[in-house]
Amino acid sequence: MRVAVIRFPGSNCDLDMMAALRTIKGIEPVLVWHEDGGLGGSDYGAVILPGGFSFADRLRAGAIAANSPAMARVKRLAERGVPVLGVCNGFQILVESGLLPGALLRNSTLRFVCEWTHVRVENTRTPFTSGLREGQVLSMPIAHGEGRFFLQHAELARLEKEGLVAFRYCDASGRPTAGSNPTGTLHNIAGVCNAEGNVVGLMPHPERAAEALLSILGRPDGSLVLSSLMVRSEGRWGA
Amino acid sequence: MKAEQLGLGLTAQEIATVRKSLGREPNETEWSIIDAEWSEHSSYKSSRGLLKLFPTTGKRVVLGPGYDAGVVDVGDGYVVTLHIESHNHPSAVDPYGGASTGIGGVLRDILSVASRPIALVDILRFGLIDKSGHSRWLLKNVVRGIADYGNCVGVATVAGEIEFDDSFERNCLVDVACVGLGKKGDLILGEAKAPGDVLVLIGGSTGRDGIKGATFASKNLKEDAGSERSSVQVPDPFMKKLLLDSLLEIVANRGDIRGMKDLGGGGLSTALSEVASKGGTGVDVELKRVRLREDDMSPTEIMTSESQERMLLVLPSGPGSGKDVIPVLEKYGVPYSVIGKVTSSPRLVLRWDGKVVADLLASLVTDAPLIDWPYKKPATPRISPRPAVPADEPPLRDALLALLSSPNIASKRWVYQQYDHEVGLRTVVKPGQADAAVMRLPNGRFIAIKGDGNSRHSSLDPYEGAAGCVAEACRNVVAVGAEPIALVDHLQSGDPSDPEVYWAFRENLRGMADYCKAFGLPVVGGKVSFYNEDSATGRAIKPSPIALVVGLASKESGLRTMAFKRAGDAIVVVGETRPEMAGSELSARFPKSITVPSQSPHVDAQEDLKTCRAILQLIEKGLVDAVHDCSGGGLGVALAEMAISGSLGAKVDLALAPSSCSRSLETAFSESHGRFVVSGRDGAAIASSLRGAGVPHAVVGKVGGSSLSLSAGGPLVASVPVSSMRKKWEGAIPELMD
Repeated sequence: MRVAVIRFPGSNCDLDMMAALRTIKGIEPVLVWHEDGGLGGSDYGAVILPGGFSFADRLRAGAIAANSPAMARVKRLAERGVPVLGVCNGFQILVESGLLPGALLRNSTLRFVCEWTHVRVENTRTPFTSGLREGQVLSMPIAHGEGRFFLQHAELARLEKEGLVAFRYCDASGRPTAGSNPTGTLHNIAGVCNAEGNVVGLMPHPERAAEALLSILGRPDGSLVLSSLMVRSEGRWGA
Repeated sequence: MKAEQLGLGLTAQEIATVRKSLGREPNETEWSIIDAEWSEHSSYKSSRGLLKLFPTTGKRVVLGPGYDAGVVDVGDGYVVTLHIESHNHPSAVDPYGGASTGIGGVLRDILSVASRPIALVDILRFGLIDKSGHSRWLLKNVVRGIADYGNCVGVATVAGEIEFDDSFERNCLVDVACVGLGKKGDLILGEAKAPGDVLVLIGGSTGRDGIKGATFASKNLKEDAGSERSSVQVPDPFMKKLLLDSLLEIVANRGDIRGMKDLGGGGLSTALSEVASKGGTGVDVELKRVRLREDDMSPTEIMTSESQERMLLVLPSGPGSGKDVIPVLEKYGVPYSVIGKVTSSPRLVLRWDGKVVADLLASLVTDAPLIDWPYKKPATPRISPRPAVPADEPPLRDALLALLSSPNIASKRWVYQQYDHEVGLRTVVKPGQADAAVMRLPNGRFIAIKGDGNSRHSSLDPYEGAAGCVAEACRNVVAVGAEPIALVDHLQSGDPSDPEVYWAFRENLRGMADYCKAFGLPVVGGKVSFYNEDSATGRAIKPSPIALVVGLASKESGLRTMAFKRAGDAIVVVGETRPEMAGSELSARFPKSITVPSQSPHVDAQEDLKTCRAILQLIEKGLVDAVHDCSGGGLGVALAEMAISGSLGAKVDLALAPSSCSRSLETAFSESHGRFVVSGRDGAAIASSLRGAGVPHAVVGKVGGSSLSLSAGGPLVASVPVSSMRKKWEGAIPELMD
């Protein structure tokens, strides 16, 4: 499967994502400069928006990239059911472009935070969680200043009811406690998906946890997120 | 205008030298160029002669001092590049902007030699944050400045060190080092060798920020330092990221760049004169072609601006010139302009609309006359006498908890959590896990990185103290399982015209140089920063030499962290503890607990080399699972940190440790050099290996339980739950800062 990794000016996890994808059998990652065409065709099995500071996060994190021609093409692909993953700044871009609900606000500490977190898998009906078990606890690092997921009360209730929370911060045993919430994000939300399930955004970096050598627990948990793309599934995305 | 009316930083003697050498009165632009390049910051005129004492060669050294970065061979065609910078004055005035641009500058140096920056290390010095709101403000904003810049550019900040001492209250020190990774065959130097080649200025535009920044850095800070804000440059990490991405893409595609030089201190003046002087050529530049942020800038302002995010490229001339360079710059939206050409006459010729506005020999600009300052050993002893019997000796438990919550020793998690230390997929041993950061290399090997200093020791005994900084950095790199291969240094002190300050500086330098020679460690680069002095109070900082050491490890199984790994493991202390309490953290917290004679730690490079080899041997044999250097806070703190890190207690008899101390408080908290604490399953095997190496050692106890229980040849003298120690150690800095 060819997977497009889109590089905006200021992306800084693009090469890391490429390297992580290369470790997964069956995936052929392609680095796509945001101004290059080529996303219009259907030759990509999935699109990934990597982390970083696209366009220096000017205006708001992800705001300028969200309005780029590249994102217009990503939107069309998403509407056709192509799996789209946004990690960190990629999640912020997806939220800014309206492909995912909510907003990502400044962390409650008002500081950038880089640390290893535990996240619990809440929804396995997406192309990026299909290889995981519901309730499975993954160890992945975060690194961001704006990752506090926010949504109005009623909409948040609907998001929860429809099961669109994909990942939740938790402790090592899987409990979503206040102490395990690094950013003050609502309901410990670390990642969400759209109603169709094909668009997923998450703050933790699976590409940084894709090798045992780099993981503090010695587990390549992040690769399970990325390799889910290769798992045949009953999900609702695509045709 | 005459030189005397221009507000230059040059001395009367230097002004006379210029006039004599030129045979005429230079114009204002020429004076400003010489002023920038002859500043202490750019010329090293007070230190260049002495820096020759450093050993700079070795089997792995590809490029030593004198270039933008030191280059070390790490095998299989790969090189690691190293550079250290400080941004002390700018950070004291504008901590956020000063620290950011410090990062920006050191990244450019690594990029200049065509290597990719992969790791940042910050060594910071502030006043006492538990007493001073100003110091907390500085710390908060320096850290935010480093974080915002490094995180945005996508270079992992993986290691560092912070020290708090009253002498840094108004002059904080912000030392930033960068490690790069490249291929030996891709290296580019800051030289313009071929007449006819084209000079291209790329990146940010030239504005009025940072004008005469190098001159600003070469004098003492004034009372109204706030008025010097225009001497601080404006950071733009986004432009830096585009510069990085485009230049690394050009290098990867083997684009034809003949020479490359970053624009840092001294701006265009320094960059142009140095590429010409190093290449044995001259340059002819049209200043009207420099892209300006403000269009009414004069030639003098253009030449001395230190606007950030600019690089000078030397490209071949003729048809097809830049064909593999310019399109990549355009793709990333990096502005560029051709500003001139390389000439065969060794002169720096600058034009304004074709008319010559400056014409100087490049070598006159780059070769500032050396200054041989007078120096004098201070007559008064620096150690104030203390009674032979301690006036007040705290219980061991109280002392341990007090030291763990001292900002100098407490966990720096509050700081490193704000830095992205994972980006790049290379960080194997992460901040807080061990004594040094470990990054993987593409050839399967690993580099360990750590920067260290100790201003208290370096002021009490400038020779031994500075040697001790190198010793500690080496131990930290050895503790993770790596062999030290190269060092960059940073020597920082007050006004060199003060004979006592200059004496201490010389001793710092000699101490480091002698240690490096004895240890066989090449110095591949460094930096000197004088004038860290407050002209209002006349107070200089404590002399603050810094050593940044890089080590090499060959395999994953040979890497170690500090955490105790399992209950039942034997704990072994390696190296002898002596009653060297002067300058220790204990002496700072409990001054009345110290007796006479109280020495600051002595350093023995030969003994250290033997000990470090013995530790690497223990690791190689797989006998030890946890290794920790023993430095600030001594054995007591080392044991506590291993326990906290592993969430495992330990039972230790301090009286068993090799020690010439008469009191258990000294054995516990002396900061003698040359020591490690290790743990492993088989204490007897560890001891036997160390005996074979001829290194003092002793099995002192066992890992286990939930408390650190210390005795001293008899009943327990302290038993502290690991959770209580953690609370103090992890909580101290957040409590002050949040």
